[in-house]
Amino acid sequence: MTESLTDDPLVIAGDKFSSRLIMGTGGSPSLDVLGRALVASGTELTTVAMRRVDPSARGSVLDLLAAHGIGVLPNTAGCFTASEAVLTARLAAEALGTTWVKLEVIADEVTLLPDPVELLDAAEQLVAAGFTVLPYTNDDPVLARRLEQAGCAAVMPLGAPIGSGLGIRNPHNIELMVQAATVPVILDAGIGTASDAALAMELGCAAVLLATAVTKARDPELMAAAMRSAVVAGRLAYRAGRIPRRRHATPSSPPVGT
Amino acid sequence: MEIVINGTAHQLPDETSLDRAVALITDSATGIAVAVNGDVVHRVSWPRVRLAPGDRVEVLTAVQGG
Repeated sequence: MTESLTDDPLVIAGDKFSSRLIMGTGGSPSLDVLGRALVASGTELTTVAMRRVDPSARGSVLDLLAAHGIGVLPNTAGCFTASEAVLTARLAAEALGTTWVKLEVIADEVTLLPDPVELLDAAEQLVAAGFTVLPYTNDDPVLARRLEQAGCAAVMPLGAPIGSGLGIRNPHNIELMVQAATVPVILDAGIGTASDAALAMELGCAAVLLATAVTKARDPELMAAAMRSAVVAGRLAYRAGRIPRRRHATPSSPPVGT
Repeated sequence: MEIVINGTAHQLPDETSLDRAVALITDSATGIAVAVNGDVVHRVSWPRVRLAPGDRVEVLTAVQGG
């Protein structure tokens, strides 16, 4: 090995992370299970949502993240318009003291697909307001380019719809985005199992963001460990460079001297 | 006067301050953000903001998600 993994940090807006796995916290059966899964994942950055205070709630995901030294990335989940997303990002900044935001602007509750027009509008407003914007976007290389031009710190294409576990439905588009982007491309949504995460990294993604694949797994802690290994393996394979595909066999033992 | 806090109507004395209204919902000192009629109000301003009848107050925090 020419370089160790520690020489290969994920860099977003100048901040360095040694883990290339960003975790979500949605869907976990309990804070205790979530905590063990997050530790097993090795993540250094984890998303939370902003919601009305529930006076009956016990325990706090913020306390959990703080206890494990994991950075908080608020999202704008549940927003359908640019104005809702901008207000949510401002509320998150006020509550959490971070100007980083995972920008989600969803078109409808059936597909949960990003609304590209509202997304770009919100991204432009938030960048202008000084936010570090990480937009959850469609697997559309042109939209990714527009988001990057708008000043987003990363682009985060879906592999498949949120929570679907269908993996990466259009790896060609993800590869195109990686080739064109000068900001990190982070595969966000659709991961079902470890091989999906490894594929994202082999395609050249800078990181993977996932939640459901871990929190809804039969054993979240074990799946988190699997995702951690998969992201590392995929990254190493990307850097190592895969062999070309061939239609016919090529002997791996010397053909002479038998 | 009637103030709507997180979607629920509350009867409060006239000119109630925002910090008193927030205290009805949570006593948490951190991780909370408040908007009045769609505008974020910074925590330092809560004591001097006087609510008016019909104001809509949103009190938010971070929860599991994403």
